[in-house]
Amino acid sequence: MKLKSLNLSLALAAVTILASAPAHAASKTVDAIKARGQLVCGVNTGLAGFSQADSSGNWSGLDVDYCKAVAAAVLSDASKVKYVPLNAQQRFTALQSGEVDILSRNTTGTLSRDASLGLHFVGTSFYDGQGFMVAKGKIKSAKQLNGAAVCVQSGTTTEKNLTDFARANNIKIKPVVFEKVEAATGAYFSGRCQAYTTDASGLASTRSKEAKVPEDHVILSDLISKEPLGPMVRRGDDEWLAITKWVLNGLIEAEEYGIKQSNVEEMKKSSDPQVGRMLGSTEDLGKHLGLDKEWLARAIAATGNYGEIFERNVGPKTPLNLPRGKNNLWNNGGLMYAPPLR
Amino acid sequence: MIEARPLPKKKTRSISWNSREGRSVIYQIVAIASVAGFIWLLVTNTLGNMRRRGIQSGYDFMFQPFGFDVSETLIPYDVMSTYWTAFAIGLTNTLKVAIIGIVLATLIGTMLGIGRFSTNFLVRKVCYVYVEIFRNIPVYLQLLIWYIVFTETLPSMDEAWEVGPTFLSKGGFFFPWPNWELGQSLALLGMLLGVVGSYVYARSARRHFDLTGHSRPVLPVAFGIIVGLGVVGWLIGGAPMAWTLPEKGVFMVEGGANFSPEFLALLVGLVLYTASFIAEIVRSGIASVSQGQHEAAASLGLTKSLSMRLVALPQALRVIIPPLTSQYLNLTKNSSLAVAIGYPDLVSIANTSLNQTGRAIEALSIVMAVYLTLSLITALLMNWFNASAAIQER
Repeated sequence: MKLKSLNLSLALAAVTILASAPAHAASKTVDAIKARGQLVCGVNTGLAGFSQADSSGNWSGLDVDYCKAVAAAVLSDASKVKYVPLNAQQRFTALQSGEVDILSRNTTGTLSRDASLGLHFVGTSFYDGQGFMVAKGKIKSAKQLNGAAVCVQSGTTTEKNLTDFARANNIKIKPVVFEKVEAATGAYFSGRCQAYTTDASGLASTRSKEAKVPEDHVILSDLISKEPLGPMVRRGDDEWLAITKWVLNGLIEAEEYGIKQSNVEEMKKSSDPQVGRMLGSTEDLGKHLGLDKEWLARAIAATGNYGEIFERNVGPKTPLNLPRGKNNLWNNGGLMYAPPLR
Repeated sequence: MIEARPLPKKKTRSISWNSREGRSVIYQIVAIASVAGFIWLLVTNTLGNMRRRGIQSGYDFMFQPFGFDVSETLIPYDVMSTYWTAFAIGLTNTLKVAIIGIVLATLIGTMLGIGRFSTNFLVRKVCYVYVEIFRNIPVYLQLLIWYIVFTETLPSMDEAWEVGPTFLSKGGFFFPWPNWELGQSLALLGMLLGVVGSYVYARSARRHFDLTGHSRPVLPVAFGIIVGLGVVGWLIGGAPMAWTLPEKGVFMVEGGANFSPEFLALLVGLVLYTASFIAEIVRSGIASVSQGQHEAAASLGLTKSLSMRLVALPQALRVIIPPLTSQYLNLTKNSSLAVAIGYPDLVSIANTSLNQTGRAIEALSIVMAVYLTLSLITALLMNWFNASAAIQER
């Protein structure tokens, strides 16, 4: 009998680390992607609005759109992405071992993850916070959860936040920890736990997708943590880090300058010097990244700017119905702030 | 590295390709050297790769505080407890379900196995159908099914079923538990002494029977010794009477002791699954005792139950014990599926630790070492039991 819970793919990834011969110091991720003709992108196994496959295997979501934008910038084709669904346990090993080129999977940036895993956080693609979902009408604040059983998915920052929150507020909470997110939500909806906790976006996703009557469940307004979610790449390839970072910044900057999927072609003729720089009509910023000058124009044409990606996948018109909130641009009261593309 | 030492020379043997012994020695040295070389290659290559990729490694994280809560634990811990404590919590939870599970599975499995020989048609068929159902459904599915059954059918905490001071709900089974004081510890000690005393008594009774042919009562006396010494210990410890009683809180029943639905689902699933295999093992063991043995026992005037106990079962045990050992090992290892239904066993804790620290290889190596140790201990105990049950030629 194998320890099934220690996933096969985790084991395989570990074996890859074990077996791969000592490699050259700086792996040329971009060269490998170009040679392969495909970007390999690690995504969530299924989180509505962020990364989710439909019945014919097409992936969509905010995290998926980012992969498409990177593929458009590097390979000139947003469809040349291979999506590798990864659970919380598998994700870091998969990236470390080279199974994926980039991890775009609602992963919280923390010091220890950034510094000790041999990985880099690219930036924040979604500002989130950990919240609680409870049955409607019972309690109004998370501080009233004393004595409650709370369903959690294992292997996330969530577990520690929950403990910190309970200790700080001097209440007792019983975490019931499941390996799979489906098991955790299933136990919550069956009534085993009085609350389910994860990032607020994840709660909205779960409520829209899995609740029989979404209105019967409320997401408490208090958030107990900061969860800056963003993509990750391996250490040791600074050029690749720069590309992935500036694609994200470029999508945010594009929203600030009003460059959209629909108007990106016309905007190339814009007299605004910053727009000209970004779209490669006046200056060539792409050469600094080892790309051509149309790199960002292609990314925007493929997915739209950050605001469009947000609205299409998780915004108020989607089942998730998340307000823009902290994910608004800096000049609209949010935290989204891209360093200038110049 | 391994040094090839020349074997002590014997006159009749030589290490030569032409002799059978010589070849086998050479084969073994080559095999051991290549396995050791392969492991050395894996380890150095892994460490090298991890260092090159900036992945921190080592077991130093085990002394850091783990800082996440565990829903059920047999040992105390707090915010600053180290990862060692977390792994110990996981291990004790694994042992709890494994030990209780092994005892229950053995009892149920033995009864089912004997039931297959019942003269009652219904009993025979029920046992048969049970075995066929439970051993043919993957245990993972059984665990999930039991968990769903428990969490879906039991009432919510507000409407917990109450029988006296016990509560049953989706939150688990709650029951009163004595406050653990000196008296309880001494009672436990007394009962342990009682077990030892009973064993000594049983041996002397056996000797007496062998010498004189007169049997002395064993079970009632053993029972008396164990309970008596337990009570004495309790009295010496000041006869503590205090209990904590479960009481309904806002969200759940608090106080007393409890079995969580995760524990119950895991226990029931593992026990019912393993019992079906044990039933088959017991049945085949009994079937292996030839009919002549029963007839011989009957001709000596032994009753049916005495002939089962004194003649058939001791012989059947020799067939039963080895496969029974592997069932015990399986049950222990299958308990690692607990992570699917939220029971904080060793693997579940290791999973969380792995994700908090990113030390995948280290956490997995600890889990593997623990299961290996548990398996070896189980096998050792069972081998010892097997040796004591083996045929003693006189």
